[in-house]
Amino acid sequence: MINKVVNSVEEAIDGVADDMTFMLGGFGLCGIPENSIGALSQSGIKGLTCISNNAGVDDFGLGLLLQNHQIKKMISSYVGENAEFERQMLSGELEVNLIPQGSLAERCRAGGAGIPAFFTPAGYGTEVAEGKEVREFNGKPHILELALTADFAFVKAWKGDAAGNLIFKGTARNFNPMMAMAGKITVAEVEELVPAGTLDPAQIHTPGIFVQRIFQGKYYEKRIEQRTVRTKE
Amino acid sequence: MALDKNGIAQRIAQELQDGFYVNLGIGIPTLVANYIPKGIDVEFQSENGILGMGPFPFEGYEDADLINAGKQTITTMPGAVFFDSAISFSMIRGQHVQLTVLGAMEVAQNGDIANWKIPGKMVKGMGGAMDLVASAENIIVAMMHTNKKGESKLLKECSLPLTGASCVTKIVTNLAVLEVVDGSFKLLERAPAVSVSEIQNATEGDLIIEGDIPEMKL
Repeated sequence: MINKVVNSVEEAIDGVADDMTFMLGGFGLCGIPENSIGALSQSGIKGLTCISNNAGVDDFGLGLLLQNHQIKKMISSYVGENAEFERQMLSGELEVNLIPQGSLAERCRAGGAGIPAFFTPAGYGTEVAEGKEVREFNGKPHILELALTADFAFVKAWKGDAAGNLIFKGTARNFNPMMAMAGKITVAEVEELVPAGTLDPAQIHTPGIFVQRIFQGKYYEKRIEQRTVRTKE
Repeated sequence: MALDKNGIAQRIAQELQDGFYVNLGIGIPTLVANYIPKGIDVEFQSENGILGMGPFPFEGYEDADLINAGKQTITTMPGAVFFDSAISFSMIRGQHVQLTVLGAMEVAQNGDIANWKIPGKMVKGMGGAMDLVASAENIIVAMMHTNKKGESKLLKECSLPLTGASCVTKIVTNLAVLEVVDGSFKLLERAPAVSVSEIQNATEGDLIIEGDIPEMKL
């Protein structure tokens, strides 16, 4: 067993520097690496390119890095929940590259899978296709999308073991598995860190080979963005 | 009388067929789940990684790790499954999902759809909409026939940046059910007590009207 455990979030983010590219897992605030984001917001690094489906909200998730003006560029599919984001984008402080969600997922997966590019129908005929190679397959036009990789990928899982194997809970899986694959250094934070051999190998979602550092996270807030309930009849 | 949002959802629910996997967008489309016809089984896919999505939870049972694409708390149905975003969009692009219902700001008579960006205003992003419309064989748009200024949303050409080109098959609005046929909107049904001329007045694009147009049955 190759031990991936680090003892603190500070150790987990060791080596992060100005102008790096990061991937951060999560959909909205669901499945985001809260501890890593917290430590990055204290780190003082800046000029970051962040690849993440969303940009958090004003005071949580990636919103914390935006508040500190640490992010130079965002690559996302949907960013509509964040007023500070809007202000920085409209003022030109923040560069934003919006891409279709499925293309974002597949570009991360491709980056981790050694596939430099692929053709997809998503975005053909729209401004997303501008400047991209178009090819027809089975009579339908597709556009060429390039793989994405990152200096660091920060992911969050429910359970993980010392070998870096990860299991996600519910819809908190989302972008975490592909981003884990595409990070040169992938940092996984987990709600419950267990010894190797504890998890059923058949139930693991992300194999530990994709994870370089794993640590037990603390104080998860797990904020709900849209609390929606039904009433008993 | 023109339909309200629930009425639009109720009419779209009649398009559901037994065995369909269905992706419902944010807004009016979400309401379709409330009107599944009796006797048929469908499963709802949400692109953030769930198939077999159930209704909102009862108070006290919300789970931060269980949300839909609109970031709302949800529940699961028996047989539900979770997966990552790459698998989710494999289902969508790979045409394993039989029906996609989504909202729109504009639809053109050739089936173009615009629903993600108003230039000069805040750009929120396309989310999964471009992947959905690029691949689905069966796309129903759920929207109001006109915008808040009273202008038609069924146009000869979209004025806003496109989400997808020539992809919409059917449109259900508060006034009518229409199909995109040979570069025109073909009027199929009218909302209860709404006249054909009312629909004509609210439609900027070319409208095909053949014979008597029946009223929707709700």
